[in-house]
Amino acid sequence: MRVSLFVPCFVDQLAPQVGLAAAKVLKRLGHEVDFRAEQTCCGQPSFNSGQWDVAREGALRTIQVFRGADVVVGPSGSCVAMIKKFYPELLQGTPHLAAAEDLAARTFEFSDFLVNRLGVTDVGAKFAKKVTYHDGCHALRELRLKEEPRKLLRAVQGLELIESEEGESCCGFGGLFSAKFPMISTAMVQVKGGALARTGADFVVSSDPSCLLQIGGWLSREGKPILPLHIAEVLAHDA
Amino acid sequence: MSDAKQIFIKDATLNAADGDQRAFIRKALGGYYVNRDLQKARYRDWERARDAASLAKWTAVNDLANQLEKFTANFERNGGVVHWARDAAEARAIILKIAADANAKAIVKSKCMTSEEIHLNDALEKAGYGVVESDLGEFIQQLRGEAPYHFVFPCMHVKREAISELFTKHLGTAPTDSPEELTMIARRHLRQLYVDADIGITGANFLVAETGQISITENEGNARLTAALPRIHIALSGIEKVVSRLDDLAVLLPMLATAGAGQPMTCYNTLYAGPRKPGECDGPEQFHLVLLDNARTRLLADPEQRDALHCIRCGACLNVCPIFKNIGGLAYGTTYQGPIGSVITPHLRGLKQWNHLSGASSLCGACTDACPVRIDLHHHLLHNRRNAMKQSPSLFDRAFHAGFGFVMKRPTLFALGGKVFRATLPLLKKLPLPYMSAWLKTRDLPAAPAKSFREQWKDHSHG
Repeated sequence: MRVSLFVPCFVDQLAPQVGLAAAKVLKRLGHEVDFRAEQTCCGQPSFNSGQWDVAREGALRTIQVFRGADVVVGPSGSCVAMIKKFYPELLQGTPHLAAAEDLAARTFEFSDFLVNRLGVTDVGAKFAKKVTYHDGCHALRELRLKEEPRKLLRAVQGLELIESEEGESCCGFGGLFSAKFPMISTAMVQVKGGALARTGADFVVSSDPSCLLQIGGWLSREGKPILPLHIAEVLAHDA
Repeated sequence: MSDAKQIFIKDATLNAADGDQRAFIRKALGGYYVNRDLQKARYRDWERARDAASLAKWTAVNDLANQLEKFTANFERNGGVVHWARDAAEARAIILKIAADANAKAIVKSKCMTSEEIHLNDALEKAGYGVVESDLGEFIQQLRGEAPYHFVFPCMHVKREAISELFTKHLGTAPTDSPEELTMIARRHLRQLYVDADIGITGANFLVAETGQISITENEGNARLTAALPRIHIALSGIEKVVSRLDDLAVLLPMLATAGAGQPMTCYNTLYAGPRKPGECDGPEQFHLVLLDNARTRLLADPEQRDALHCIRCGACLNVCPIFKNIGGLAYGTTYQGPIGSVITPHLRGLKQWNHLSGASSLCGACTDACPVRIDLHHHLLHNRRNAMKQSPSLFDRAFHAGFGFVMKRPTLFALGGKVFRATLPLLKKLPLPYMSAWLKTRDLPAAPAKSFREQWKDHSHG
């Protein structure tokens, strides 16, 4: 299959290894991967800030960029939810609604794509570590992906998956929320990060790099011995 | 920044830093999660029950004028008197007039958030009436001189020792740490007050259109005494509480109990069908119902957020909300706390003053999943943010996003901007920049990679 990678803007700039890992896994499974360099940001920061005019422009651009792509796969539940759920809402009542729905139908979050579209759970990864999984809220509640990442992780050779308390609690990132209401956001990550650290896992794995930025940032500041890692990075690991 | 927002930021900051209090609230809710899940498992299909509950409310709310007409006709046929109040001031005036006409002195009240919404106690006390809350939690909050912390569990934040001290101070009772004894103290104190009261004021959980009955749900039995013993019963209700059929309660009552408190059913569910009739030996002589609009019709006129009127005030969305659990109920500064409060308060009190509550959310969606009547809560927070930006855009936000949008439209500029950002990140971290410094106060940012994804992709001559 020809897969077009959707690389969220902050992954592009701050966590490029996540995009590279996703590409590596897809290629290992025998798929052709392209990256359309005209892509920038999906518009979610503006959408969440109430600036729907700005977000709409971002949506139209993204639709344009991925025109003709068979499938679009992104390593972020949050940014994929923006395309799949919120583009149609954003473009409701405009002539672009059909195009938005068309892109939504062709776009997949990484673990969703592997498990539900390709029917693969064992991607040939080896990772002899203890990991705990953090459900990003957009993946969990907007896209209803809960078992998909776990199926993938359980199939990784040597990996031990430990569930945490506060399993479905939000990490407190929420985009600009984390900086506009830093005290609430921090209280939330204290609850979440504390529970993750108590699992004794080596890594906290998530399908959302934005949650990992928040959780990892707090764990690092607190000196907790557990590191953030994107699920694509785990699945790319084969040695 | 609005005054309300300033107060919110101050209170939320203080509370979010209070680890002990936050742990106390989490512990207080711990039993709820267990019981709620046990009770939910007893439903054949909880999700379909949510559909049914939501449909019952949707049907009534989308036919509100007819349902209200039907309800009031039946309520009056049963001997009750209906009063319509457009806003809080009208509702207060109506209740004060009923009290004056009846030469009343003492008033006893059961739990009624709508009365908090119209600041009824204040008005009654200023007019010289003695008003006593008969719900234990509300009674405690009344003695503390504090608004309810949670609209179902008003004093969930108060520790047992504090309640004992409060009773010692106000009621002169001996200190005790037994919850049963504390309850008995309140019970003994309140018993005579029901008998002495001229007026009993209650809320209403549901108004049943087909029978003209008012349904009231409670765990303590105090609402039954409040409604039955005084010679005048006044019920105060928002107009959205109407349901079409008595059968609707078959799904709404258990769901209210399970979603809100983890109970199979609330202890007492009573239908009130009018004042004492000739030949009956008890019940009030007069039964008044004050039906309050107070901006509910404004919400009704908004098809996007109309489902917020489905709310049965169960409190489930507060119980699961990480914001509520970390900042506490009082920080909201609203009658209705938590997600539903953040959604409806801008409609009730003004978007400009209250939009910050919609901003103070990570949009995690736990509330929407918990809502037994399927209100699209967290998406309405997004809608409020959008509406606020249209109504009164903040210049900083406008400029920030215009700049962001400008760069996002230009991939070359985006790539260049990213490069500069990464190169200067160590310096940026030291500057007092908005957002950046707020983040860095409690969290690290990883070191920026030398090359972006797009650069590395190009290097590997993929594209």
